[in-house]
Amino acid sequence: MSGGLTSLSFPKNAHAALANPPLLKAIAHIEETLVSGRRRATEALPEFEALRDAGRDIKAHTLAHLDLYLEAFERKVMEAGGFVHWAADAADANRIILDICQKAGARRVTKGKSMITEEVGLNAYLQANGIAPVETDLGEYIIQLRGETPSHIIAPAVHVNKEQVAADFRRVHTDLDPKRNLEEPTSLLAEARGVLRESFLSADVGITGANFLVAETGSTVIVTNEGNGDLTQILPKTHIVLASIEKVVPTLEDVATIMRLLARSATGQEMSVYTTFSTGPRRPGDPDGPEAFHVVLLDNGRSAMLGSEFEDMLRCIRCGACINHCPVYRSIGGHAYGSVYPGPMGSVLTPSLQGLEKSAHLANASTLCGRCESVCPMRIPLPKMLRHWREKEFERHLTPKKARFGLAAWRFLATRPRLYGLATRFGAWGLARLAGRDGALRQVPLAGGWTRWRDLPAPEGGTFRTEWAKRGRK
Amino acid sequence: MTTPKPRVALFVTCLVDFFRPTVGFSAVKLLEDAGCDVSVPAGQTCCGQPAYNSGDRAGARALAEQVIALFEGFDHVVIPSGSCAGMVKTHYPDLFSGEPNWRLRAEALADKTHELTSFLVDVLGVAPLPATWEGTATYHDSCSGLRELGVKDQPRRLLSAVDGLAIKEMRDPEACCGFGGAFCVKYDEISNAIVERKVADVRSTGAELLLAGDLGCLLNIAGKLRREGSSVEVRHVAEVLAGMANGPAIGETRK
Repeated sequence: MSGGLTSLSFPKNAHAALANPPLLKAIAHIEETLVSGRRRATEALPEFEALRDAGRDIKAHTLAHLDLYLEAFERKVMEAGGFVHWAADAADANRIILDICQKAGARRVTKGKSMITEEVGLNAYLQANGIAPVETDLGEYIIQLRGETPSHIIAPAVHVNKEQVAADFRRVHTDLDPKRNLEEPTSLLAEARGVLRESFLSADVGITGANFLVAETGSTVIVTNEGNGDLTQILPKTHIVLASIEKVVPTLEDVATIMRLLARSATGQEMSVYTTFSTGPRRPGDPDGPEAFHVVLLDNGRSAMLGSEFEDMLRCIRCGACINHCPVYRSIGGHAYGSVYPGPMGSVLTPSLQGLEKSAHLANASTLCGRCESVCPMRIPLPKMLRHWREKEFERHLTPKKARFGLAAWRFLATRPRLYGLATRFGAWGLARLAGRDGALRQVPLAGGWTRWRDLPAPEGGTFRTEWAKRGRK
Repeated sequence: MTTPKPRVALFVTCLVDFFRPTVGFSAVKLLEDAGCDVSVPAGQTCCGQPAYNSGDRAGARALAEQVIALFEGFDHVVIPSGSCAGMVKTHYPDLFSGEPNWRLRAEALADKTHELTSFLVDVLGVAPLPATWEGTATYHDSCSGLRELGVKDQPRRLLSAVDGLAIKEMRDPEACCGFGGAFCVKYDEISNAIVERKVADVRSTGAELLLAGDLGCLLNIAGKLRREGSSVEVRHVAEVLAGMANGPAIGETRK
């Protein structure tokens, strides 16, 4: 949940977002940062489209043999001296992680940025059990201080501006000089680094997600821009990786291929600043690394997507390109969706994770403009899958009665051409008369959703079919 | 011996039929000028998009069957709308998976169905008779036409032959206008935020005329421009190409 918002109240959430100027100003920056960044990076790489095909094929192949690659991965992790735990759902994952933390005698854990820990609600669970999680990604740290959830999967604090961050830092970092200057982003960054350094050094357990799991080597891979992930997984005695099962790829070569797509699609970088491979715990002679290495593999509804019309969604590498290019997300930000994952990928994935009943609106809150699919590095047919969810809603009678009635009425009319001709003739004539010489209508009965915001251009008068017939044409 | 004229059926679309017959007549003129034998099959209504995009597959199928039966006998089917053409070309075959008979008919229709500007450029390869429009226009790429059918250069190429017309591109002509069929009334507030950005982009070009190939987008953008009190004219691209852009524009006050 996002600050208590749920998908059921989506229109209300959107209304509140649209009345929040600082939020709108903050998300407007996505255009000149992430969107133009992606454009520049992809235009500079002639083989980008071919790479998209290759990435899609790697993931599709892996999903077709997912059991095989997961077992191979598990074997390799164990050979390297690590442990693998299988979690069927969020409750399982939380329990397993708490158990590892308790056995390690942990009081404080540091965390790398991870959407999967958001999905299972790990922070709240650890806190309720006496363990303090500290987010170490700057964006995640900021929203943790604010008691919020990420509003974007790669830029969790994209909805916050620097004045708000300065105010949050003053509110929480009370041991620092209250008169300090926090006007520049660099001073905010320096302060966060100073505070986080203590957490890195005092944490008993480090928890990260994974961008990839490599079956060939048993490695887990994270990409970050701040290096916080490395400090999270190298300094504490125990490193726990929580990853969902579709993150596995067969080989290191496959990682290299998909890596060329990931950062370009996400931020427009050629590569993220840090790319870190973890294979088992510290070996004798290693200069650093954890003493214990655990991988928790989460299913949480994903295996049920295999073989369904939603299988392609499991190719997602969480770059956020669909979100950045979505006209709906760009209008309201991420929290309004009321789901862990916002935007097009979230609207496809969420009903699979939490059920269609709790995800009302998500599949419908899209113009189906298709820009998401056109930028998806894994070529996931997102609009098609949003439509599949709409079909399932319709089949299960979850579509609102009014809409069902409207569709039935339209079908009745449109399959009776003569009646249709009469009704449209009458309607076009009536609206044209109502508009008079004005050419447009400011108010139309039953069309409040339209005329609240824009005029309705009036019909010219006669329908095409009547005018055509008048000219004696066929 | 002369080759027989291609027999072309025009699917005017429900929005053009109801709101803007001029677009239909413009399409007929463009096709006849290009040497086609044009018919407008009686009994045509809607392509089924509203049902399809609302999850009502059965409703969409019922209309798809009607369209297939009505149009399959022609050499080509031409539609002055990217989204309706996209519906027939890319989605009809999907509606009949598991029914080989209907699927074959759907695929055959899909193969010979074209969006108007892409039919003129890609299939006929003819230049329309010279038209004139004095001023600057900007072109909105409607989503379905652009992303399902690759309609991007065709209308621009045709417009480049219009006397007196200069094209000034928007910063982001490929951004959705926020119409989205039922979306625009179901989530009207979000739709409004999206069309506000589109209209700001249109106005910042300084163009006197906005063109596009889909009436849904055009009604939405014209309605918003009108509400904002803008004097930018809004028309379907076919009107300008056919030299039929002399009447009132979409939503414009009649003189």
